[in-house]
Amino acid sequence: MDSSGRNSKQAERKAAMAVLAHSAAAAIAGHLADVAVPAHENLREPENGLVMLRGRIGGDGAPFNLGEATVSRAAVRLATGEVGFGYTLGRDAEKARMIALCDALVQSADCAGEVEAKVIAPLRAAMIAKRDRKAEETAATRVDFYTMVRGEG
Amino acid sequence: MYVAVKGGERAIENAHRLLAHERRGDRDVPEVTLAQISEQLALGVDRVMTEGSLYDRELAALAIKQARGDMIEAIFLVRAFRATLPRFGASEPVNTGEMRVRRRISSTFKDIPGGQILGPTFDYTHRLLDPQLAEGFVPEQPATAEAPQTPAPRVTDILGRDGLIESSPQAEPDAPVSDLTREPLSFPADRDLRLQNLARGDEGFLLALGYSTQRGYGRNHPFAGEIRFGEVEVEFFAEDAGFAVPLGAIELTECQMVNQFKGSATEAPCFTRGYGLAFGQSERKTMSMALVDRALRARELDEEAKSPAQDEEFVMSHSDNVQATGFVEHLKLPHYVDFQSELGLLRKLRQEFAEANQAPELREAAE
Repeated sequence: MDSSGRNSKQAERKAAMAVLAHSAAAAIAGHLADVAVPAHENLREPENGLVMLRGRIGGDGAPFNLGEATVSRAAVRLATGEVGFGYTLGRDAEKARMIALCDALVQSADCAGEVEAKVIAPLRAAMIAKRDRKAEETAATRVDFYTMVRGEG
Repeated sequence: MYVAVKGGERAIENAHRLLAHERRGDRDVPEVTLAQISEQLALGVDRVMTEGSLYDRELAALAIKQARGDMIEAIFLVRAFRATLPRFGASEPVNTGEMRVRRRISSTFKDIPGGQILGPTFDYTHRLLDPQLAEGFVPEQPATAEAPQTPAPRVTDILGRDGLIESSPQAEPDAPVSDLTREPLSFPADRDLRLQNLARGDEGFLLALGYSTQRGYGRNHPFAGEIRFGEVEVEFFAEDAGFAVPLGAIELTECQMVNQFKGSATEAPCFTRGYGLAFGQSERKTMSMALVDRALRARELDEEAKSPAQDEEFVMSHSDNVQATGFVEHLKLPHYVDFQSELGLLRKLRQEFAEANQAPELREAAE
């Protein structure tokens, strides 16, 4: 694969990972149940740990350590060789494993279409719908200033 | 002589059993769930995450439940928990400019791109207790309006374009980011280390120090340039995957204070700034943090530093409520041997005092 092909595949994997990380484990499991998952094994047993979260001084300056977050991670290998990685905030090891599995499926020529259609797409739609609803609630609290007319016109 | 004392085991065990009973309270009252704490006491959870220095709502809710609502005890529990997990590494720095804003206000400009967005706030409430909330209150669904597609840039970025405000300090290439969880504090401390210390520092302590600057102890003439709260994406460079992987989103509050201006013979005057950032919706915390961050820049900005909020060693050494409570509360633990030695010394001194004061009388009597 040339470098632009690799970059676009990587962008696709990242986009899928972002949707999965935002989704509840039960929702991922529910959609994955509809996919014919090929044989696979855990390359890295799911484990919980910490990631130090960084901010920037003034929002856009040098980085500083804000505080840690719990993170769960896993790696899964399909029998056909594709290796997927799963990372998510929180301590849900099974969620990390499912993300790793989906990442491996996204890389598989045979499974990518199905996992996109049956898992990623519906989860993405749910995520966007939730985000849009919050944005609309927020927008209703936006201040509309008006100026009182003073004196004689 | 060192004397080991034993014998409290049963009393301790029974005291903890009694604590568990008291924590549960009246058993006819339903037990509070972690989801209830996380959803309905959300700002308490935010504080425990911020000062516990660990973003995990469920763990913070558990800590609040276990601590019977004692926030500092809950923060202590969270800090102790974090020591049990390995660290995978550090995230890419989050971009608060791309925050999905839930609240965003500026007290310096009325008309800012993106607008003044009040979000869920106690501001403008009348602070009257609401008897409706006592039981079974079902709030209305929130109002909705069409969401703007335009982004909400940081107010400091807008001021920065005209050079009216100092720019943020940029990192030296390859300079390590200070981490007080790995290295003990040393002074003078760089701003990254100070901000880490303030981010996990006690809200009450920082509030009092921030307030002290407003009352004249290290005055720095602040305006709340912008306060924003919302969700930001977190990415982590995963060695195994070979690229920065998304971890999900966290809620953050950011405060940009715009402070008194400064110039010199070679530099045109511009506003200075103080910065606050914390987990969750932590507005008072980030405002206090930004005031203290600015005060602690006194040395860098050639200001006279003679107030507590400007003294980094004083501020940073006393901001951590887990350390503070550990040292204050350790006074409760048995100090029997220490006290016996003090008592022995005091008796000796009193005897010497009595002898010295009696001696002249005795001499007089003998004469």
